[in-house]
Amino acid sequence: MTFLNYLINGISLGSVYAIIALGYTMVYGIAKMLNFAHGDVIMIGAYISFVVTSKLGLPGIVSVLAAMVVCTALGIVIERLAYKPLRSAPSLAVLITAIGVSYFLQNTALLIWGSAPKYFTSVIKFESIKLFDGQLVITSEAIVTIAACIIIMIALTLFTGKSKMGKAMRAVSEDKGAAQLMGINVNTTISMTFAIGSALAAIAGILLCSAYPTLMPTTGSMPGIKAFTAAVFGGIGSIPGAMIGGLLMGIIEIFASAYMSTQLANAVVFSVLIIVLLVKPTGLLGKKISEKV
Amino acid sequence: MQKLLKKISPQTRSDFITYGIVIAAFVIIQLLGAAGLLTSSFSGLLVPICAYVVMAVSLNLTVGILGELSLGHAGFMSIGAFSGVVAAATMEATVASPLLRMIFAMIIGGVIAGGAGFVIGIPVLRLRGDYLAIVTLAFGEIIKNIINCIYIGYDAAGLHFAMAGLGDVQSAEALGLQGGKVIINGPVGAVGVQKLSTFPIGFALVMLTLIVVLNIKRSRTGRAIMAVRDNRIAAESVGISITRYKMTAFIISAALAGMAGVLFAMNYTSLIAGKFNIDTSILVLVFVVLGGMGNIRGSIIATVILYMLPEMLRGFDNLRMLIYAIVLIIVMLFTNSDGAKQFREKMKMKLEAKKKTKETGKGGEAA
Amino acid sequence: MKKILSAALAVLMIVTCAAVFTGCGAKASPDKISIGGIGPLTGDAAIYGTAVKYGAEIAVEEINALGGIQLELNFQDDVHDAEKAVNAYNNLKDWGMQILMGTVTTAPCIAVSSEADADNIFTLTPSASSTDVLGGFPDASGEVTIPRKDNIFQLCFTDPNQGLASAQYINDQKLGSKIAVIYNSSDVYSTGIYEKFAAKAKELGMNVVSVTSFTNDTANDFNVQLTEAKNAGADLIFLPIYYTPASLILSQANSMGYAPKFFGVDGMDGILTVEGFDTSLAEGVMLLTPFVADAQDERTVKFVSTYKEKYGDVPNQFAADAYDCVYAIYEACQIAGIDGATSAADACAKLTAIFTDGTFAVDGLTGEGMQWSATGEVSKAPKGMVIKDGVYVGM
Repeated sequence: MTFLNYLINGISLGSVYAIIALGYTMVYGIAKMLNFAHGDVIMIGAYISFVVTSKLGLPGIVSVLAAMVVCTALGIVIERLAYKPLRSAPSLAVLITAIGVSYFLQNTALLIWGSAPKYFTSVIKFESIKLFDGQLVITSEAIVTIAACIIIMIALTLFTGKSKMGKAMRAVSEDKGAAQLMGINVNTTISMTFAIGSALAAIAGILLCSAYPTLMPTTGSMPGIKAFTAAVFGGIGSIPGAMIGGLLMGIIEIFASAYMSTQLANAVVFSVLIIVLLVKPTGLLGKKISEKV
Repeated sequence: MQKLLKKISPQTRSDFITYGIVIAAFVIIQLLGAAGLLTSSFSGLLVPICAYVVMAVSLNLTVGILGELSLGHAGFMSIGAFSGVVAAATMEATVASPLLRMIFAMIIGGVIAGGAGFVIGIPVLRLRGDYLAIVTLAFGEIIKNIINCIYIGYDAAGLHFAMAGLGDVQSAEALGLQGGKVIINGPVGAVGVQKLSTFPIGFALVMLTLIVVLNIKRSRTGRAIMAVRDNRIAAESVGISITRYKMTAFIISAALAGMAGVLFAMNYTSLIAGKFNIDTSILVLVFVVLGGMGNIRGSIIATVILYMLPEMLRGFDNLRMLIYAIVLIIVMLFTNSDGAKQFREKMKMKLEAKKKTKETGKGGEAA
Repeated sequence: MKKILSAALAVLMIVTCAAVFTGCGAKASPDKISIGGIGPLTGDAAIYGTAVKYGAEIAVEEINALGGIQLELNFQDDVHDAEKAVNAYNNLKDWGMQILMGTVTTAPCIAVSSEADADNIFTLTPSASSTDVLGGFPDASGEVTIPRKDNIFQLCFTDPNQGLASAQYINDQKLGSKIAVIYNSSDVYSTGIYEKFAAKAKELGMNVVSVTSFTNDTANDFNVQLTEAKNAGADLIFLPIYYTPASLILSQANSMGYAPKFFGVDGMDGILTVEGFDTSLAEGVMLLTPFVADAQDERTVKFVSTYKEKYGDVPNQFAADAYDCVYAIYEACQIAGIDGATSAADACAKLTAIFTDGTFAVDGLTGEGMQWSATGEVSKAPKGMVIKDGVYVGM
């Protein structure tokens, strides 16, 4: 029973990592950049939702939509101002700019909302499921997060596989120059990717804070890094990989603190990651990199 | 004299300019200090700046010259710092001279960090690109987490060691010390560190780092390392042992970071493992990228500016870090964006055109 | 191209250096007593530094309005990092700081207090609670390895005191028969309290059935820690942690359907003021705290209303400690006749003498008749509080 409980906890935590990782992997897959500011967009999304529900008193679903709209706009603006001018610059330059954007977002949030933590009211209203006389509890947040993960994963897979825009994205990710020659507007496609990634970040932020309801300007950083690790774990760029990577990260973290040591949980998680990458150097579901001579 | 200067290759000349800048800076600062013209905040920044310069130059060896992105460089700094602290504390009774103790601590810190570099390098260097980056990040986090659990004490019987998370260790009591002192106290870190770092020692370490890194860059090893960076397969096909050269660069980089860690640690009376987190690794990476990949002099200059910037912005109160972020973004855009590049090209052409008209004016006479 | 860039960088560097060592920053005015403050205003721990800054600002305004001795506060950010705290300290020295109020958090304070000790600058910290800040206490080897830093004093309880007091209190009041502990093993404050609590609990023969921890990097999910406590049958959980993770623990215990008693320390104070927090989750939580924001005495009411008006939040214990710090410094300065022209070293000698003379006592928000011993510790009794219907009630 305890084992089952831990497993469920692990899945709940993992589903939060997974939903953040989906946004990471989406942006990485197309734009080939590690967007270190993703975790902070998540934080902004959560704050927007918090303001809409507790300050304006509007229902949860409105706050989700508002957060998505704001984050999408924010994502597009960031991309236009900070990343687009660096399209032909070395990838590390973009990485550093992303770090600058991350500092910027954190400090802006600090100025607007202050340093005091806010307690996020969950947007999910139905009751948790209790089995075996309350011995086993599956929280409503976990159910919604997992459902959201699966829906987003399927939607993204279909979108990139079937739609015109999605195909354009894959083409851009494969070869920017060739895509341009085929009449694809590379800039619009990349902007679109950021828009989608940021909208996902808004959802992830709200679900993260629904499950773990303290909200501070630094809320997004650590989950952001963990989710980024999860995305690499699953094979960065692979959409199902991000989901599996996130879930495994969560389960390993809970099991490590339960059965090994609460103090060394993080070390265990990262050690497993290293071992997996040694066996499968491009992550669980990553594409094999072919070497060109 | 001019002939002699011309004989020296431009690379060597550039190296000597770098040494010259550092030495000149040291001499000027020492003179100003002797004249009592330095503010306390400036003198307080000197040692950490030296430590970060060494960090940036050593990371540049991995990122710029070897071409592998490392997000865990602070981990090596941490290993060096804590082993240096332990070494210095155990030598307190036997080695009387603080300078000697500092040198020994630095050597020990460097060697242990270099050893860690070797152990970590074995798995890390098998990977490539972003996967390699994430594994270095993972090692950085593991090191932070483990050092946070370590208890080390010293008494007449020698060093005592315990680790939380293994068995029933919850506090420094587990060390079972008979007198002596607790050197590393788990999450509390090292408290009561003797301050041994001074600016001249920092300067000496910077010079040592420059000599090592610049000479590697110009040597056969350096050329091999850069060949591996530019085209791994081509390098392999001409008989360069990839693993060996990658490993060499990685170990040297780790050892220098460890020595920087000792310099840093010995400048404060307290030290915690949490200091060497991913934020510190990224901070140093920002120095390297802004200074230019593979450009050692650039790393030094960028470190000095970027480290001082937040200190200078203290007047702005709570807008300080926001301004820092904006400056960082603008500088990156200015140095790397397409628009800025075109703008600079234009300016350069204009300048050159002007120069040419002047030169042709003068040239007539000479001819 | 590269040359232009590096030339530009070099120019920027020279400008930077010049700006830093000419110290173009503002200087302290000579007719006011210059008090420096250091604490985190950005980053993870920003809440504590901000509260201290605001609390101190209110006290300074009140004192200046009295028309007697005038004070000037310069509060600098340290991002909860020893290195930046020392930088801030040096910056304040250039500004002309005579007295230091800080630093707010423990780890940076250990480094800064050594500097202040060496420079002879009188230091009163509102909230850095480790004994390493003061020096002169034995470590686990039984020997004193950090000598007493003579001019450093604390206004908060020390960590060992809190740990001992908590164990004593739980044992005396028979609050729980099986006790579990959840602490933050990456935090100096939390570990410090836990260690003394564990030692005292052992001495008193208390039944501690489960000890688990978490780190700042794994501070989201506490189900494992709670499940272990639950399986061990704990009926009281001791939480020597800050209120942010504590609020998560309370809500997760609630959704698990696990309802033991919770016992916190002064870091727990503030939990009721978290915006949006469902205070029914904290029903029955006990804590030791020196400050209660809904106390009805005149000074507290005035402080809380001014704070709310100026900064929009309910002040926590950190703000109150800072307020008391400024008043303690003010009263001591009055006795010693210190003014804006006194040198830092003079002020330090005089203030140290007054603080340790055995008669100097300060009434503040966090304690009546607070006195200091030569060890640097403050004498004030922790108040046991329990949360009922969303407010603190004395136990």
